[in-house]
Amino acid sequence: MNSDPHVSQRFDDELHAVHELVHRMAGVVEEQMRNALTALLQQDESLANEVVGGDNVVNGYELRIEEECINILVRRQPAAGDLRLVMTLIKSIADLERIGDKAVKIASMALSMQRSSASINGRFLRDIKTMGDYALGMLRRAMDALANGDADAALEIAKGDEELNQEYRAALRRLITYMMEDPRTITPAIDALFVAKALERVGDHARNLCEYVIYLVKGVNVRHIPLEEVRQQFQD
Amino acid sequence: MTENAKIAVRNLDFYYGDNKSLKGINLDLPGNQVTAFIGPSGCGKSTLLRVFNRMYSLYPGQRATGQVLLDGEDILSPSYNVNLLRARVGMVFQKPTPFPMSIYDNISFGIKLYEKLRKVELDERVEQALRQAALWDEVKDNLKKSGLSLSGGQQQRLCIARAVAVRPEVILLDEPTSALDPIATLKIEELVAELREHFTLLIVTHNMQQAARVSDYTAFMYLGEMVEYGPTQQLFTNPQKKQTEDYITGRYG
Repeated sequence: MNSDPHVSQRFDDELHAVHELVHRMAGVVEEQMRNALTALLQQDESLANEVVGGDNVVNGYELRIEEECINILVRRQPAAGDLRLVMTLIKSIADLERIGDKAVKIASMALSMQRSSASINGRFLRDIKTMGDYALGMLRRAMDALANGDADAALEIAKGDEELNQEYRAALRRLITYMMEDPRTITPAIDALFVAKALERVGDHARNLCEYVIYLVKGVNVRHIPLEEVRQQFQD
Repeated sequence: MTENAKIAVRNLDFYYGDNKSLKGINLDLPGNQVTAFIGPSGCGKSTLLRVFNRMYSLYPGQRATGQVLLDGEDILSPSYNVNLLRARVGMVFQKPTPFPMSIYDNISFGIKLYEKLRKVELDERVEQALRQAALWDEVKDNLKKSGLSLSGGQQQRLCIARAVAVRPEVILLDEPTSALDPIATLKIEELVAELREHFTLLIVTHNMQQAARVSDYTAFMYLGEMVEYGPTQQLFTNPQKKQTEDYITGRYG
């Protein structure tokens, strides 16, 4: 990315400010997701409520950043790397907001499971913890790649999504086995399934963020292209 | 050389006296497309445009070396007929320059230089040119009025009509909208987009958004050199040279 200053110092300030807002938003989203998982795993009702209430903050960030980006588009008519940065930020916040929604979903699941006093089998919880840690790791590393303008890192992280998908499929198989063996586990297993699905989606969103970073740095749109092909393009 | 290049520039150097202001330009310009030339003041973009119809040869001390091939023929060759060249390559300037005569005569003047036509045919050609320049509806009832009585935007479209009337192949536009208000500017830009069906258009502009709006290809020049030339969308979203990126993102001091 071009780090030379613009003739207009104010333009530099505006881009810097909106970029920073996106990272603050990502920080909040990550916190929301971590709290939602903790609330679920430790049956912490007040923490779950906190996550549900916290979604407003995430949505507020999305609206504010979108407005700042529109402001830059209309006033500055950014080009080249500046244009790609603004586009990247606009697209990134949509994915971040969706990750925020997944956190709320998991927190709501934690609340409903407490009310029904159904307990999730310890094995499910371990599956969810593993997937949750993995998805959070992807999100954090994707945001680091954005901050550093590191397309190679972004590509590696995006590839990691496949591992999360495998984890999801394995969890799904186990859940089905439990349900077949003991119909009483059906309700908690379906709850666990929704949580696992939500985490698998977080991985997809993190992968999207990585693809935006590659667009930002390399100027090529790699969405809907197999990552192996993208890697080969990088090497050429 | 690219097969479909309307104009091919080969190792072009240009001198104002001892001052070399174009340095080794090589370029293939496709036909029936709009190519925009951008770059900071003094980068040589207007100079280059003036080479394409040898406008510079009106001034002593200015000379070009190298080749500029129009459909494969070197227009810089001393044997190339300049009058023929100016008929094939028309030009529109920054300030509208209508002749101090009627709207009709402004258009017919050029045609009569090159062709002998009957009155009916001439009328037809004038109407056609004014229609092509999107001016006909505004002036059809006042063709006898002086060209100077028109608004700035209309005057510029009259100049475009005058340029297209002689049926050139290439039209050079040197900052054609810098003296016009935004609406008149948009009308000219709209016109440029329509004219490319029949002509090859080369436009010099200081307004980068204008280049992005109207052109198919963009050439970025700096200090007399061709830094980058490519499809407009690529040049404005993902330029390959840092100098280009710095210029179009406003990083030049």
